[in-house]
Amino acid sequence: MNLSSLFAPETVAVIGVSASNDRHPANVIFSKNLLRYPVKTYAVNVKGGSIDGEEVFSSVSAIPDSIDLAVIAVRAEYVPAVLAECIDAAVKSAIIISGGFSEAGHDDLQASLVKLASGVDFPFVGPNCLGIYSPGVVDTFFLPAERMVQPAAGDVAVVSQSGGILVDLLVKFAREGVGISSAISIGNKAYIRELQLLEFLDADPHTGVIVFYVEGFARNEGRAFVQRAAKCRKPVIVLKAGKTSEGSQAVSSHTASLAGDYRVFASVLAQYGIIEARNELELVSYCEALSCYPDTVIKGRVGIISGSGGHGAMAVDACVGGGLVVPRFTEAVQQSLRNSLSENIRTIASVANPVDLTGSAVENDFIAAVETFCEIPDIDSILLLMLPYLPGISTDLGARLSKVYRRHGKPLIAYVPHVEKYSMLIEGFELNRVPVASSIESAVHMTHVLRRCRLC
Amino acid sequence: MLSNEIVAMLHQGRKNGWLMEPEAKSLFASAGLPVPRFAWARDLPESLQCAAEIGYPLVAKVVSPAVIHKSEVGGVAVGIADDRQLQVFYEKISGLAGFAGLLLEELAAGIEMIVGAKIDYQFGLIIMLGIGGTSVEIYRDVAIRMAPLTSDDVYSMLHELKGGQLLSGYRGKEAISKEKLVRVLVDFAELLHDMVPYIESIDLNPLLCSGEGCVIADARIMLGEVFLKTGGADPSFAG
Repeated sequence: MNLSSLFAPETVAVIGVSASNDRHPANVIFSKNLLRYPVKTYAVNVKGGSIDGEEVFSSVSAIPDSIDLAVIAVRAEYVPAVLAECIDAAVKSAIIISGGFSEAGHDDLQASLVKLASGVDFPFVGPNCLGIYSPGVVDTFFLPAERMVQPAAGDVAVVSQSGGILVDLLVKFAREGVGISSAISIGNKAYIRELQLLEFLDADPHTGVIVFYVEGFARNEGRAFVQRAAKCRKPVIVLKAGKTSEGSQAVSSHTASLAGDYRVFASVLAQYGIIEARNELELVSYCEALSCYPDTVIKGRVGIISGSGGHGAMAVDACVGGGLVVPRFTEAVQQSLRNSLSENIRTIASVANPVDLTGSAVENDFIAAVETFCEIPDIDSILLLMLPYLPGISTDLGARLSKVYRRHGKPLIAYVPHVEKYSMLIEGFELNRVPVASSIESAVHMTHVLRRCRLC
Repeated sequence: MLSNEIVAMLHQGRKNGWLMEPEAKSLFASAGLPVPRFAWARDLPESLQCAAEIGYPLVAKVVSPAVIHKSEVGGVAVGIADDRQLQVFYEKISGLAGFAGLLLEELAAGIEMIVGAKIDYQFGLIIMLGIGGTSVEIYRDVAIRMAPLTSDDVYSMLHELKGGQLLSGYRGKEAISKEKLVRVLVDFAELLHDMVPYIESIDLNPLLCSGEGCVIADARIMLGEVFLKTGGADPSFAG
């Protein structure tokens, strides 16, 4: 099944636009793509007419162009006929936005769509979904453009069973500077499901990290998914909802009660080297770190640099609690660290790991410390807790430190409080592909995931 | 491929919905998994005769399709020393619901492990390993993997158990043979691969492990819904 026309269509037909209701999902999708995306966009409604001066075609077959993607937003009972028409008109793929199928108890109606599509191998997403958003390419989300928070283009692909969760994740990605290649809401996943998308995204040159929000798999579907994901060359991250339900099986054996649904889910993911994010906070941190360091696998021996003893202590707690090691440096290493620092902090800095350069440190002290950390074989990652308000540092520090990383290749993860005032500093890191966390905890999550990621 | 003998044993269990301990042990024995020397006696004279063959002290347990949790109804006696004690126990349990005889077996020693299998809706056959007793009941200290299992998978399960130290000779106690435990789990998972269409879940609880090896001290096989209803193996799980 070829999914490329779903992700990079040149021509889109939006079927079901309303002549009277500007806020109709189809109208939002139509005008958004017409005005803001490099796709030729056509409106379709059986009644014909025009919207904002654009012709409305009475059917998809009346469009004088070959259509890559049909976005179907008509009432559920009309969807099978519209889908059949798309197939007849040699449309290449479809996204069915309309609800009113299995989620509303109409399994038969949904089955009729699958029957139509599977006979001719016609790819469709949905029904009951938002479809696909790909920055700068296409956007079938029926959310008004001015209110949708859009992360920058990047290499994280997100597949979600829930449209609401997906849009919410995009807000968080945008806030944390995580760029996406595409976001796919699969709704009832009647035909295209996680497995096909995993295969497509694994081969997609724009995608480097693949994320799934999963509520549940169908019978035995999880098995096929994890086996395929284990062969994936890119990191695969899964966020599972419904962790607390114990399943419907009668608890007639110890095994059935001990191996509850979620326990099994989490264990099998780990067994196959798939990363489980336990919540949204972890998910966003993992994406940011893996997007910057897709090929880096560390053992988790962390060196910590800060300008405050408290930050170092908090970070050590979070590291150790998460199974990371913060080794104490040898006397020789401590001595060479000390020698690299400027004279005014040389006697007051703590250099055993965590390293506290103190509030009197200047820009070059941070750079010298990171340089030295890159040479220390005891550690395989560097956690840098920035205090942007220290008088001795400038907003260029992020960019300057990133250059050190580029020279040595030892992964560097920074923490900078995310407020407008410090955005220049943050940009300096992010433009150079060094991840910046908005909390110490997130910075530790970012380090943690580099250890868990197994390349297959 | 399952042997005809094993398929026949699984069909035997259909009338009760599950394989009782002596039935399950016979099945595992015929598949080459380690079980203690045991006998299923239907009445008192047969019990005494079997006991003489196995030798005292021994373990006696009630066999009844109505009793899934034997110890909860006082249906287990460990360390029966002579004919008189066996007779007293027999009289005590012969009135239990569904009484179908007595399982007699040699005493086995070792650390109590729990091994389980379950057909998970999303992932199919999964295998569980835990340390028995309070570790599993209170701390739920188990490791879970999707089958098939390699020996590396089983070693990683042992590593994952919080109480794993107990198996390596904690405070002067004998360490268990991890190699033999790993062998049992890999063989168990392999046998179950072919049993998937027939079963819902299996408990080996406990699997007693020592430096010598492992022995299945108790076992129960719960049969799958489709197999119970139709007598045909559930085709949707085949392969």
